[in-house]
Amino acid sequence: MTSPAPAGTLAGQVPAGPLIEARGLVKRFGGFTAVDGIDVSVAAGEAFGFLGPNGAGKSSTMRMVGCVSPPSAGTLRILGLDPVHDGSAIRARLGVVPQRDTLDEELTVRENVVVYARYFGLSRAQSRAKADELLEFAQLTERADDRVEPLSGGMKRRLTIARALVNDPDILLLDEPTTGLDPQARHVLWDRLFRLKRQGVTLVLTTHYMDEAEQLCDRLVVMDGGRIAAEGSPRELIRQYSTREVLELRLADGVAGSEPARVAELLARDARRTEVLPDRVLVYTDDADAAAAEAEQRGFAVVSALTRRSTLEDVFLHLTGRTLVD
Amino acid sequence: MGGATAGTASQRGSAAPARPPRPGLMAGRAFSFWLVNYRRNWFGSAISSFLAPVLFLASMGFGLGALVDAGPGGPAMGVAYVAFVAPGVLAATAMQTGVGESTFPVMAAVKWQRQYHAMLATPLTVVDVLLGHMAFIAVRILATAAVFLAVATLLGAVLSPWALLALPAALLCGLAHAAPVFAFSATQERDTGFMLLFRLVVTPLFLFSGTFFPARDLPPVLEQLAYATPLWHGVDLCRQLSLGTPEAGPAALHVAYLLLWFLGGLLVARRTLTRRLQR
Amino acid sequence: MSVQAPPGGALRAVARSVPFPLGAGLAWRLLERNARSARRYWIVIASGFFEPVFYLLSLGVGLGALVGPIEVEPGRSVPYAMFVAPALLAASAMNGAVFDSTISVFFKLKYTRLYESVLSTPLRPWDVAVAEIGWALLRGAVYAGAFLLVLVAAGFVASWWALLALPAAVLIGFGFAAVGMAASTYMRTWTDFEFVQLAVLPMFLFSATFYPLSTYPPAVQWLVQATPLFHAVQLERSLLLGDVGWGLLGHAAVFAVMAAAGLVVAARRLDRLLLS
Repeated sequence: MTSPAPAGTLAGQVPAGPLIEARGLVKRFGGFTAVDGIDVSVAAGEAFGFLGPNGAGKSSTMRMVGCVSPPSAGTLRILGLDPVHDGSAIRARLGVVPQRDTLDEELTVRENVVVYARYFGLSRAQSRAKADELLEFAQLTERADDRVEPLSGGMKRRLTIARALVNDPDILLLDEPTTGLDPQARHVLWDRLFRLKRQGVTLVLTTHYMDEAEQLCDRLVVMDGGRIAAEGSPRELIRQYSTREVLELRLADGVAGSEPARVAELLARDARRTEVLPDRVLVYTDDADAAAAEAEQRGFAVVSALTRRSTLEDVFLHLTGRTLVD
Repeated sequence: MGGATAGTASQRGSAAPARPPRPGLMAGRAFSFWLVNYRRNWFGSAISSFLAPVLFLASMGFGLGALVDAGPGGPAMGVAYVAFVAPGVLAATAMQTGVGESTFPVMAAVKWQRQYHAMLATPLTVVDVLLGHMAFIAVRILATAAVFLAVATLLGAVLSPWALLALPAALLCGLAHAAPVFAFSATQERDTGFMLLFRLVVTPLFLFSGTFFPARDLPPVLEQLAYATPLWHGVDLCRQLSLGTPEAGPAALHVAYLLLWFLGGLLVARRTLTRRLQR
Repeated sequence: MSVQAPPGGALRAVARSVPFPLGAGLAWRLLERNARSARRYWIVIASGFFEPVFYLLSLGVGLGALVGPIEVEPGRSVPYAMFVAPALLAASAMNGAVFDSTISVFFKLKYTRLYESVLSTPLRPWDVAVAEIGWALLRGAVYAGAFLLVLVAAGFVASWWALLALPAAVLIGFGFAAVGMAASTYMRTWTDFEFVQLAVLPMFLFSATFYPLSTYPPAVQWLVQATPLFHAVQLERSLLLGDVGWGLLGHAAVFAVMAAAGLVVAARRLDRLLLS
């Protein structure tokens, strides 16, 4: 149970290279391979996202980075240190926001932060000061002496984030930070995360909300089946895996000549790609208005035509498919 | 709907059920849920409800009983100590089962697993939910008491065929505790109250209601207090039957007093549970 | 962002490499958390004091009138209450330690997932084990101390050796808490706690707690002597009645062994369970 001086970097110093560096990282649970040899590198100050459907291996990766799950194979360095041997020293410099809140329901809002600060070795006075500061940041000052249980989902999430910041972490790990929150709560949270980013905190997050990834991430990887399916900035990914615009056509039922498959086939000539869904035809093109005009011109029984910009969601569905995986 | 996602309006209309029976008459549906639930989880209470009372009987009745029978108070008891203590443990076990089944499971069904809420999303009413659960609690008490009584009989701790009637007596004793505790549980937000209930009410009841020694051996104030507890009446009723010395008057009084606790508790429980589930 | 002083320092590093309790390090912080949360349900903790007292009143005073004096050594008899009181002290040390280290730990492990959040800080599984066992012992010591005061006030204590009954109760608690903690790492669901009951209840009832070992036939006596609670009862009974000999060290050793073995298994299992 000795705690040798960390071989990598001293606490508080940020290494020159990447903060997180994984090479051929694998996580197996018995016969099941959750993470299947991924290479990831996260630089200081970056906001980095893991995207993917449920079961893609995002959370397993986050747990390995959080030093609570030893890798099965490959190499992983965090802050220049080895998570297996220096787990405690690394965790001292991480902030972790787990997928499900693990707040201490037996304590008040303020005590949750204070007690957590004590785990990081802060003195009582430091812990109290830190709690006041962070509750202000999380807009929870008025609820400081309330119990945690009756708080709304958004408040609990903000408290979890406040708690993860007690040690002024070099890296903040957020596992699906806004899943299950209402739109207002999500926007408040995003606002807080932006501020942290501006202060230079390195953010690593998982999400399956595309708008969240587009809002927050400088760079992201799309994971599927434990592997990395694509990597880049949101803009790069859209450019690479989708078109500039998308036309969504809804057609009247049972009109001869307007069968979805036929419509798709005819429109496909001028489009990069088309997709037939039960209720719509999607046309991926660089000029959606032109495609809509053509549909009109050909006399298809169009109920509605929506033209929009391509989003990460299009990339995501293209890369990981539309079938439910769990 | 048979998996069809595009049922027409007329098809849906025809699926409308007949008018549900009157409140209270659907308790059987809630009861059957608890029975299925018990089939999945019976082991979780097997040792504490079936083995523990037998072990108490063995330790107190035979081990300590040997000392009592040879001790200064032995002859005054008139019977072997094990015959004295067996009906006491029977009634106390019925009480503990009744209380145990109407604390944490009720809290879970209200708050943690919310089974009551699931039931109320169907035609069931609060009264159905209450009576259905109470019926299941009755089955649990009856099963526990029956197993204990059978073992006690095999061990020779039961002296009379009247003891057959000790089974319904134990059931009544258990319900007389379960109903008011149920009413209490429906008001609780946390399990703190249960811990206090067990330590400050159930344990003293278990130890001082004539279970292990006659209440007349208590100091006068405590003695009067013991006579006011439903458990003492349950113990005395079971003891009269088990020893084969039932007296109509006192026995009727015991039954009436226990019924009072049961029905009174049930009425209060209906109020507290309604307030909790339909606010 | 400002950076606070890390929990470094050569002195602390040395302290952490020393085994419990000197090297508890950050584990104390988890103990502090338990104390904080206990302020919310102090009344439940306070109520724990009454359990052995009620048993003492019922068995010692109520039943005692029926039982009469018990011969504890050739030519020396004591009232039944004095005979049974040390057993209740030992049994309550066992019950408290087992409860705190099994149900309570399991609850934090599986339901509130307290340790999940604790382990995303510098604390390690070993710290969790040390803190939880430490907390169980702290509570146990308070209960044992209060119960001893009741015994003194009631005149049930016959010797100054009774002063050692408190550390003895803590040692007994340590043994049971460490083994309980190790056992709870194997628990899958609440139903498994019936096995804990299966171990604890027969000991409570049959380990020469309520009547002397000599009540049993010789063959059964061997079985009774194999239970840890028997040694706890003997230890406390000898100390409270002033019937002291070197043999007591043998009884005490049982719990030292249980504590060491339990800690080793618990720490190893917690590592596997929490860092998977």
